[in-house]
Amino acid sequence: MSFPWAKHYTPSTEFGQWMDEKLPLPRFVYNSLGAGYPAPRNLNYMWNFGSLAGIFLVVQIVTGIILAMHYAANADIAFDSVEHIMRDVNSGWMFRYAHANGASFFFMAIYLHIGRGLYYGSYKAPREMIWLLGVVIYLLAMATAFMGYVLPWGQMSFWGAKVITGLFEAIPLVGTPIQELLLGGFAPDNAALNRFFSLHYLLPFMIVGVIILHIWALHIPGSNNPTGVDVKGPQDTVPFHPYYTAKDGWTLGLALIFFSIMLFFMPNFLGHAENYIPANPLSTPANIVPEWYFWPWYAILRAFTVDFLFIPAKLLGVLAMFSAILVWFFLPWLDKSPVRSGGYRPLFKKFFWFGLIPCIAVLGYCGGAHAEEPFVMMSQIATAYYFAHFLIILPLLSSFEKPEPLPNSITEAVTGKPLEQAS
Amino acid sequence: MVRIFGMLIGLFFTGWMLVTFVLGANEYVTNPPVKAVEYQFHLEPKEASFKSDGPLGKFDRQQLQRGFQVYKEVCAACHSLRLVAFRNLEELGYNEDEVKAIAANWPIPTPDIDPATGEMSSRPSLAADKFPKPFANDVAAGAANNNAIPPDLSLITKARHGGAPYIYSLLTGYQDPPAELPESSRPGPGLHYNPYFPNLNLAMASPIAGDDMVSYSDGTAATVDQMAMDVSAFLIWSAEPKLEERHQLGWAVIGFLLIATILAYLSFRTIWADVKAEKKKKEA
Repeated sequence: MSFPWAKHYTPSTEFGQWMDEKLPLPRFVYNSLGAGYPAPRNLNYMWNFGSLAGIFLVVQIVTGIILAMHYAANADIAFDSVEHIMRDVNSGWMFRYAHANGASFFFMAIYLHIGRGLYYGSYKAPREMIWLLGVVIYLLAMATAFMGYVLPWGQMSFWGAKVITGLFEAIPLVGTPIQELLLGGFAPDNAALNRFFSLHYLLPFMIVGVIILHIWALHIPGSNNPTGVDVKGPQDTVPFHPYYTAKDGWTLGLALIFFSIMLFFMPNFLGHAENYIPANPLSTPANIVPEWYFWPWYAILRAFTVDFLFIPAKLLGVLAMFSAILVWFFLPWLDKSPVRSGGYRPLFKKFFWFGLIPCIAVLGYCGGAHAEEPFVMMSQIATAYYFAHFLIILPLLSSFEKPEPLPNSITEAVTGKPLEQAS
Repeated sequence: MVRIFGMLIGLFFTGWMLVTFVLGANEYVTNPPVKAVEYQFHLEPKEASFKSDGPLGKFDRQQLQRGFQVYKEVCAACHSLRLVAFRNLEELGYNEDEVKAIAANWPIPTPDIDPATGEMSSRPSLAADKFPKPFANDVAAGAANNNAIPPDLSLITKARHGGAPYIYSLLTGYQDPPAELPESSRPGPGLHYNPYFPNLNLAMASPIAGDDMVSYSDGTAATVDQMAMDVSAFLIWSAEPKLEERHQLGWAVIGFLLIATILAYLSFRTIWADVKAEKKKKEA
């Protein structure tokens, strides 16, 4: 489905026509990523990160498939097989560093993409399903990244696997069996490494599948835009291709330059020194921390230090950590303000920039730090705000807030000239 | 309904977090945490710069050869280099015959199986062999070293916070414990005080004990400082042998991307020119 004024696909070659009759794949691509998809003309650069995340997912899949040709998922030789890739495989070091840093770039893009959605109300009707599928993609990406970090079988791999699967142990009654099922044993070992490798190879393709649904769902209402106002007529849109392919294209170049700087000049900057030490179950690293993209959640987990009645602190932390992400599933129904864009919501804007963003920054910082004061207290304040923001402030805000007047149309917002009524 | 449930859950988490915070803050004020003694005496690595640092960094092959000599004559008695092969030494500027000679004359033989009897045996190393380990296994390594297993050095500059400057600082940082060091942090039997080591006392005695432990063939004065720098540079190479290739390729890739990005930006401007012009016209 699309707007009535969307360009129609007409095969220009005989082969194209033949193909269109048998399997209209070119038509499908044309309508979803090509000139057949009219997109609002006023999308700002925050709208570039969705396609960028998609491209980094492709980078991850391509480099990952190549690495899997040389990697050995066996606890005895996994570490050395990674070093074999780094030292003896032609350009292996490049694929391995690209894969390790590509994960960070994927998450950076996805976080900016999520932040864009949060600020401009992209989760609101009629786009709830796009948002829900996006949260599913994020959860799958987290699982994939976590299991990928275990594969080199260094110290942080091993202890990360132990800590994260240990979280399930906090669940009463079924916790220990779940943990043993995840690990295939009582502690991370060969069985865990093998199943993590298998799932690490599987999940990215599931992500691709959910991304297809995500884009499919997007094309029903069409893209949101910085005003949050619905598209009213052809003046409000431009064809995705060539307008947004060109815009995404040049910023992709920019992103790849940053990526290359990391990959070629500081490839271990985001990694942990401990992971260059082979896994050793008898020696615990001083500070077990996940990769930076998990730090905010890790801070929430560690913020709970006091039992609540019969609920142990560890279980509270686990519940809070999962709730912190699951709350996103309910966001379209928690925030009832009819105005989508944060740009026209004076109070929302303040809570977003001076509440949520600093809160995530503090959680991120504390999640990477040692679990000691004052970081624990800081993450407790930030965690309190995090839940208050999504579960108390946002639901109440729509009753108190008086939104600023919205422009009548996208074209009016851009050019200052009222939209001519489509005849 | 969602909002009522949400608010209750939100009130619970937020409330309990605030209660926890107040309890913690009270504890923090009435009973402030004491920093471990190690923190007061522990030192950050010294400043040390190597030719391989930075995006233009290249190895100084003379220095790598000197560093290899230090490894061979000082470190190799206890520390393995299991991920590096003799053939890799050609990257240090040795020719094939020199590498073969280094391998054949390496004091520790490479374990093998006797082709005639099938019994465990050993033979002189070949260029294709990895550096043989000084101890047969971890148990032997521990037994010979007061139960502290000497770590493998292949990746050591990437496996320690602070990297090569940390290795250099550790090698040159041995000293007598300061008088004010509490008894609990003083080196026990078989331990040695070094403020650059995370918990201040380590099992390894100062390996580079004095000047001229090795005699460099290129005439460089073998001071303690020089030897520590050289072996640290060698260990940067052993941990990251593709460093030069990486830097070179990086510049080529970024150069290509810059041109491609500029072209892509120009085509973006051209494509959007009509939409932007319409906006400008209406604004005027």
